[in-house]
Amino acid sequence: MKDRNHLADIKSSHKVSIIEKGTVDIPMLQLLNADGTLVKGAKKPDVDDDTLVKIYKTMRYIRILDERMIAAQRQGRISFYLASTGEEAASVASAAALDNKDMIFSQYREQGALAYRGYTTEAFMNQMFSNEKDPNKGRQMPIHYGSKEHAFMTISSPLGTQIPQAAGYAYGQKMQKEGKITICYFGEGAASEGDFHAGLNMAAVLNCPCIFFCRNNGYAISTPADEQFAGDGIASRGLGYGVKTIRVDGNDAFAVYAATKKAREIALEENAPVLIEAMSYRLAAHSTSDDPTGYRSKDEEERWRQKDPIQRLGKYLSAKKLLDEEQDEKDAEQMRQTVLAELKKVEKTDVCHIDELITDVYDKAPWHLQEQLDELKAHMKKYPDAYPNTSGRL
Amino acid sequence: MAKMNLLQAINSALITAMTDDERVMVFGEDVGHFGGVFRATSHLQEKFGRARCFNTPLTEQGIIGFANGLASQGSVPVAEIQFGDYIFPAFDQIVNETAKWRYRSGGQFSCGTLTIRTPYGGGIAGGHYHSQSPEAYFAHTPGLKIVVPRNPYQAKGLLLSSIRDDNPVLFLEPKRIYRASVGEVPEEDYELPLGKADVVKEGSDITLLAWGQQMDYMEKAAEMAEKDGISCEIIDLRSILPWDVEAVCESVAKTGRLLIAQEAPLTSGFASEIAATVQKRCFLNLESPIERVCGLDTPFPLAHEKEYLPDHLKVFEGIKRTVQF
Repeated sequence: MKDRNHLADIKSSHKVSIIEKGTVDIPMLQLLNADGTLVKGAKKPDVDDDTLVKIYKTMRYIRILDERMIAAQRQGRISFYLASTGEEAASVASAAALDNKDMIFSQYREQGALAYRGYTTEAFMNQMFSNEKDPNKGRQMPIHYGSKEHAFMTISSPLGTQIPQAAGYAYGQKMQKEGKITICYFGEGAASEGDFHAGLNMAAVLNCPCIFFCRNNGYAISTPADEQFAGDGIASRGLGYGVKTIRVDGNDAFAVYAATKKAREIALEENAPVLIEAMSYRLAAHSTSDDPTGYRSKDEEERWRQKDPIQRLGKYLSAKKLLDEEQDEKDAEQMRQTVLAELKKVEKTDVCHIDELITDVYDKAPWHLQEQLDELKAHMKKYPDAYPNTSGRL
Repeated sequence: MAKMNLLQAINSALITAMTDDERVMVFGEDVGHFGGVFRATSHLQEKFGRARCFNTPLTEQGIIGFANGLASQGSVPVAEIQFGDYIFPAFDQIVNETAKWRYRSGGQFSCGTLTIRTPYGGGIAGGHYHSQSPEAYFAHTPGLKIVVPRNPYQAKGLLLSSIRDDNPVLFLEPKRIYRASVGEVPEEDYELPLGKADVVKEGSDITLLAWGQQMDYMEKAAEMAEKDGISCEIIDLRSILPWDVEAVCESVAKTGRLLIAQEAPLTSGFASEIAATVQKRCFLNLESPIERVCGLDTPFPLAHEKEYLPDHLKVFEGIKRTVQF
């Protein structure tokens, strides 16, 4: 058997060497300045103008969708929502750098990636209103999207569970020679879960073509990043697992695109995972159940508004005459109208038939589920008024 | 047919499955070159390569998380958890992820191809953390199937069915009889149905119901009872979830009495679920209360293992109590 002693390459020293935070320098890739000009010496990533405009428009659309859906939640029309305001570049520009068939394991703030792949307003609404057109059949809270067609794995609420799953999915892609990779999104809070350690470690050891994309947005609900980790962010952990790592300005669509493009190349060519830490800021509340005014200042938020990813790319595009500001405003208004119209249309759609209560638990409903459903339906027939959403279609 | 012990039968099932379908992959702690602590995966890496049979880092939540993703991609993972006692770090992945994957996505995605193998049960002087029977925790989770073989023939046939079933299966292997149980096992491919109990012996006075490594005790206790003139019907449940309510109730309707044995602690064990269901369905057939012979409601002990475990004598006494009620 060959010698696999991992101590072989370690240099010895007669001094006590302390390696601490800051000893290893992890730079942050930035290509666009806040005013939309290129950073000195930087080059635009290799991306065509149409793609850039599509990234911009998708970010714009997502912000509008977020605004409208938060309002809808406040009006009691949907039960819950999570906005990605301030972080649009992280999900949209990374998705743009992928193949549309690469699998996405999302956490819950990546509606931008889904929109980039062509998920329609109506599809977003169907899921949020848990109606019979929701492909998830109304089984999860709003924003838990999933679409086989868009290679977007259905979102799971428990935090970080998707991280080792993405490693496994990527391993399968490698074994079946799909020529595709998996990207797994999560926040810096999720990186505190054991699943993060398990997932990165397994992906590194088992050579999985997977991008782990951390949106370090400063807050996990109300817990600020400095109460979440004491080390140098999430990027430093990648090195510990033997995972190639890139830190990037998460509000810079160019930088996110370039980093993800490079990461995809590495994942595919080397069958290796890559960790990307996108430094950003959650301008929105965590969810509609959260109120950030209770734990952070307006000044802090304002400083981050200056780094807005949409304005930054917008300014670049305007300067290059790829965007007409007047037309852009008209387009935004059109998006608002579309969202509102779809919302009104979709909220009248029925929920799934009661028979769907027991499908998909197993491939076929076993005896005990069928028996329980039969009993329930008999009961509902007796008291139809108590179950108004479904009893009319028994 | 060849003579095999239970481990060899499992090994044979894995070889059959991996030969039949190249999407099948076997992994877990130490399962690679070494063949697992019990050697259930011996020579698989030699036969099928490191990419299809491999060691993982020591991370149960990682193994099952990875397996979930792999299954959802369309591969066929057979993940090993080295001891049933160590499955709890993976509890969240199994209960919140594996089991709900198909349901939450409306059938768009599934981990139906996943099989989780793990040794369970006492009798090997393993103490707290090498002896537990965790089936009831998982039986409370819709979306999983739970299967327990009792001998080499069942082990191969049920494992092949589990691997090919389009639902995630938790496959509990009775480690006390891994090497002790030897029997005829076909070398060719065969499957045994999931969700179906096996009527091991017919009788008329009482139904004895158990699964896995309890079955030997049922047979021994039945022999003792027969000498006292009590005719026992013995049923091996084989599948905990879904379980074969028809076979059990048909038997209880005939005998009028039911004794269920399980190694796991009494309170909230799967025997309780069976008792409640049979009580509802067979109330007018019952001649006596349903008897449960179980482990005590303590952590699994080391020195007092023999006293703690249900055995043929405890079952025999249970039979007499029930018949003489």
